[in-house]
Amino acid sequence: MAFELILGIIVLVAIVAIIAYIAIYNSLVGLKKKVENAWAQIDVQLKRRADLIPNLIETVKGYAKFERKVLTEVTEARTAVMTAKSPKDSAKAENMLAGALKTIFAVAEAYPTLKANENFVSLQEEFASTENKIAYARQFYNDMVMEFNTKIAQFPSNIIAGMMGYKDKEFFEAVEAERKVVKADFSDL
Amino acid sequence: MTFYEEISRNKRTTYFLFLFFFVLLFVLGYVFSFISGDYIFMPIFGIFSIIYIVASYYYSGGIVTAISGAKLADMRQFRELHNVVEEMSIAAGIPKPAVYVIDDTAINAFATGRDPKHSVICVTTGCMQRLNRDELTGVVAHEMSHIKNYDIRVMAIAAVLVGITVLLSDFLLRMFFWGGGRNRGREGGKFMLVGIVVGVLLAILTPIIAQIIQLSISRQREYLADASGAEITRYPLGLAGALEKIKNDKEILEVANKATAHLYIADPLRGQKLWFKGLFATHPPIDDRIAKLKAM
Repeated sequence: MAFELILGIIVLVAIVAIIAYIAIYNSLVGLKKKVENAWAQIDVQLKRRADLIPNLIETVKGYAKFERKVLTEVTEARTAVMTAKSPKDSAKAENMLAGALKTIFAVAEAYPTLKANENFVSLQEEFASTENKIAYARQFYNDMVMEFNTKIAQFPSNIIAGMMGYKDKEFFEAVEAERKVVKADFSDL
Repeated sequence: MTFYEEISRNKRTTYFLFLFFFVLLFVLGYVFSFISGDYIFMPIFGIFSIIYIVASYYYSGGIVTAISGAKLADMRQFRELHNVVEEMSIAAGIPKPAVYVIDDTAINAFATGRDPKHSVICVTTGCMQRLNRDELTGVVAHEMSHIKNYDIRVMAIAAVLVGITVLLSDFLLRMFFWGGGRNRGREGGKFMLVGIVVGVLLAILTPIIAQIIQLSISRQREYLADASGAEITRYPLGLAGALEKIKNDKEILEVANKATAHLYIADPLRGQKLWFKGLFATHPPIDDRIAKLKAM
């Protein structure tokens, strides 16, 4: 009798443990996917910015005196971004590109006809918005990393995370120069 | 409260609303049957309420958008609005909702739908004219958090269910007066008595319905959306600035009514002060909201 009771308790505990294991395992996998997805979102926005650049150069080029140097800089930075291999290189190239873009919009101030160009105005809005989207995508990525790191540190999910070999994800940290760029708002230029 | 807790609370509230509505319609069906003397109305009302509940779940967002006179925002004409909405959906980590505009100079906005995948965000053209980008972003972020935590589902369903209940009560009253007039010769006295009782009952019932909606869509929800909206933008002063402008704006949003007032970011019926307004207001005092945002 006592034996059956103990056996029953053991079976019950085992079932509860298995269900809990499955639930936590699935939520961890889901969370990891969310972090990865959030990272991919940043790339989508970076690509969108890169795609806008030829358009911008085309629009600006028509204004004869427009500084060649600035345009070359942007094109070079764009190539650097697209060919960058390591995250460090790509961060550096991103910085360069953002800086060059800022110069374009600053220089454009001196050309009233360019500033009045409808195409240019809409591009200005697109660039400003894309900068915001990049910043927000990074922010969301960090939110997800925070959630993930908290989850794998908390009991009891930390045990299962340990069994799965999950480690803390790295936060996206803006370099000092870039942080300024992220906040850049072209609309008031 | 985390987003997850808010979501499960809102799902519970939705079930409660459905149950409440089913019981209410059943009672109305009984009254109908009692007046007409034909009990066929009971099953008819029962079936109707189930169909209506299912339909309200799937179409309440569309209905709310339609009765508010909102139109799909043109991608070119409202480029900035589309961009701001997309920015906020990225920041909130949800799909981009459909973007609608109401052609009205009042500053207001609402979000609706049944879940983040089927959602609508709607702002007045007044928002675009009179708010700067930061303020517009703040307003959109507030609406985005209503979408993310499923407030939209509860609020849209409440709007649709209350609309039909008020309509049915009204219809019931009219049917009685119309039918009562025709039957006056035969058993007018009895009908008149029942009619008075029903009339009084409905007069009591309708405000109670309104109250229950206002309880389930409590003012706390607005504070929560303000807070989580600020968390999305990391810039509470944007929304604070927008609310400041709304406060100084005396315009009434014509397309809003009592059934949809609670959906908006700020009370659209500001002119129509009721004596019980302080007690049953759909929105918290705007000064209080601004102060809370500024203190963040």
